[in-house]
Amino acid sequence: MSQITLSHVSKRYGALTSVDDVSLEIRQGEFAAFLGPSGCGKTTTLRMIAGLTLASEGTIRFGSRDVTHLPPFLRNAGLVFQGYALFPHMSVAQNVAFGLEMRKVERAQAQARVMQALALVKLDHLADRLPRQLSGGQQQRVALARAIVYEPEVLLLDEPLSALDAKLRNEVRNDLRRLQSTLGLTTIFVTHDQDEALSVADRIVVMSAGKVEQIGTPREIYQRPATRFVAEFIGSTNLFPGRIEAGGRFVTAGGESFAMPREGRRDGASTFAVRPEQIRLTKGATGEGDGFGVPATVSGIVYRGALTEIVVQTASGAPLVAHLQNDGRDGEVRLEPGDVVVASWPAGAAMLF
Amino acid sequence: MRPAFLSPQRSFKPAMTAGCAAAFAMVLAPLVAIIWVSFFDNKIISFPPKGYTLAWYAAAWDMPRFRDGFVTSLELGAVATLVSLLVGVPASLVLARGRFRGREVVQSLLMAPLIVPGIVAGAAFYMLLIEFEVLTGIQIATTFTGLAIAHSLIALPWTIRLVTASLLGVDSQLAEAALTMGARPLTVFRRVTWPVIRPGVVAGALFSFVISFVDLEKSLFLVGPGTTTLPIVIVNYLEWSVDPTIAAVATVQILLIAAGLVVTNRYFRLTRAF
Repeated sequence: MSQITLSHVSKRYGALTSVDDVSLEIRQGEFAAFLGPSGCGKTTTLRMIAGLTLASEGTIRFGSRDVTHLPPFLRNAGLVFQGYALFPHMSVAQNVAFGLEMRKVERAQAQARVMQALALVKLDHLADRLPRQLSGGQQQRVALARAIVYEPEVLLLDEPLSALDAKLRNEVRNDLRRLQSTLGLTTIFVTHDQDEALSVADRIVVMSAGKVEQIGTPREIYQRPATRFVAEFIGSTNLFPGRIEAGGRFVTAGGESFAMPREGRRDGASTFAVRPEQIRLTKGATGEGDGFGVPATVSGIVYRGALTEIVVQTASGAPLVAHLQNDGRDGEVRLEPGDVVVASWPAGAAMLF
Repeated sequence: MRPAFLSPQRSFKPAMTAGCAAAFAMVLAPLVAIIWVSFFDNKIISFPPKGYTLAWYAAAWDMPRFRDGFVTSLELGAVATLVSLLVGVPASLVLARGRFRGREVVQSLLMAPLIVPGIVAGAAFYMLLIEFEVLTGIQIATTFTGLAIAHSLIALPWTIRLVTASLLGVDSQLAEAALTMGARPLTVFRRVTWPVIRPGVVAGALFSFVISFVDLEKSLFLVGPGTTTLPIVIVNYLEWSVDPTIAAVATVQILLIAAGLVVTNRYFRLTRAF
């Protein structure tokens, strides 16, 4: 297992730049997720690490070894494809043994390691089956065993869960996380699903339009998004376009004026953002609440099980979404459309971009 | 248990069976008739038979033109198959996987021999060879070489169609997976790509051979003394005599091709290629 370093890596196809000057470091034993919408360059970056696509610029290192110009078969990476890409004419055991065979591992030893890897993914009893005789989840685990059996320097996963149904996806995700930490595998996981990235990764690399938007722990990414893109892409966010007035307040395009937190203040910011779960609605109150808030009128209530989503409108008609936990601790909130409330949030919850 | 209205097959079953039987009868009737006639003890093909004999098979074998035609067709089929595989397999690999400018054009060109009527293509090819001979003094028309080129062209689209089809059903990431696991490109081909396309290649080879072996129209202009294919020998013979010799020759041809299909299917499961 090695640390993976990308410095100033770009990929161009003619005039089109699909990955633009990406620099990042995945630490040894770390579980990193590349997260972004489709076409953001995350899969291309992964393919450049695997060697299936060659970088137009920049360097890629496995540990201290420069692999930028090495073909895939000399890199020693393990890759799990979205569609698994199991060899249809080989048994499960033969599939898993393939990488060891390429490394000329002696037969008896190879066999032992194959069974060991299959035991790790709990498939040792299906070693003699053909891939087409397995379920999707089982095929996924064979692909995983096949990629880790030869102890690659990095394990690369390209949307490995997207072909599974929701229930199985959670199960496989947890298995994957457990396996990764037991074996101490340096792992890069490509996904467009924020829940997947948040729940599984040590660190998330958020990408958009070929560029890295932010690198951080799931907590950092969610609570302190570096850009408006990250704030919008991860979780849901109320956004108010506007500008900072001389008095140090943020004035929205509609004319609402918000107090601004001292920390996180950015001069020239043009967007004010606050997450729905940070918003408290106080019925019958007036003014700004505890300094950070705005008067509004309830316009819609959607019951969503664990939480209730309440849409309110500010005086200028701008919508604001609040999530209230249905845990009974705050007392069941009894709001009706048309109720006048004050929507307020803690000072630290306000974000500016 | 699914409700009956969801299984329309059931109510159609007698009709399906009848339809299939009719189709099979249509396909098999001429073959059965030819095989039957080849045993008739009549000098001119007529009904009913006076008796049955194997004499026509002996007669056919005694006629050098049939034997020579048979050998020529066999050789031509072998050459056409070989060329169509050497050109068609690499072409299919590139066409099925590659993304490049002009891909559609190349594909259409390679499939073109399939859409041009055989007699037109044969005549055009003959004229081309004559022009070539006028310019260079090298004779290709009415030689084995000319026939071999023409037959390779007839066979090529079949190989490409079948090999491409066998590739399309397969995950294009198989080769990439093998590469990341440490296999060099040649090993990837030998261990992963080849086993996957093999049924398509075998089917392509078989079709190439059969198509070449039975071709009549394209060869009409191109055959010459000493290089006449079996179908043309048959047509020439039919112009002068209508005795069951021809049925005997045809029967041998049918059985040979059928045997080829059965044997190949046994080893390579051709159904996987379609």
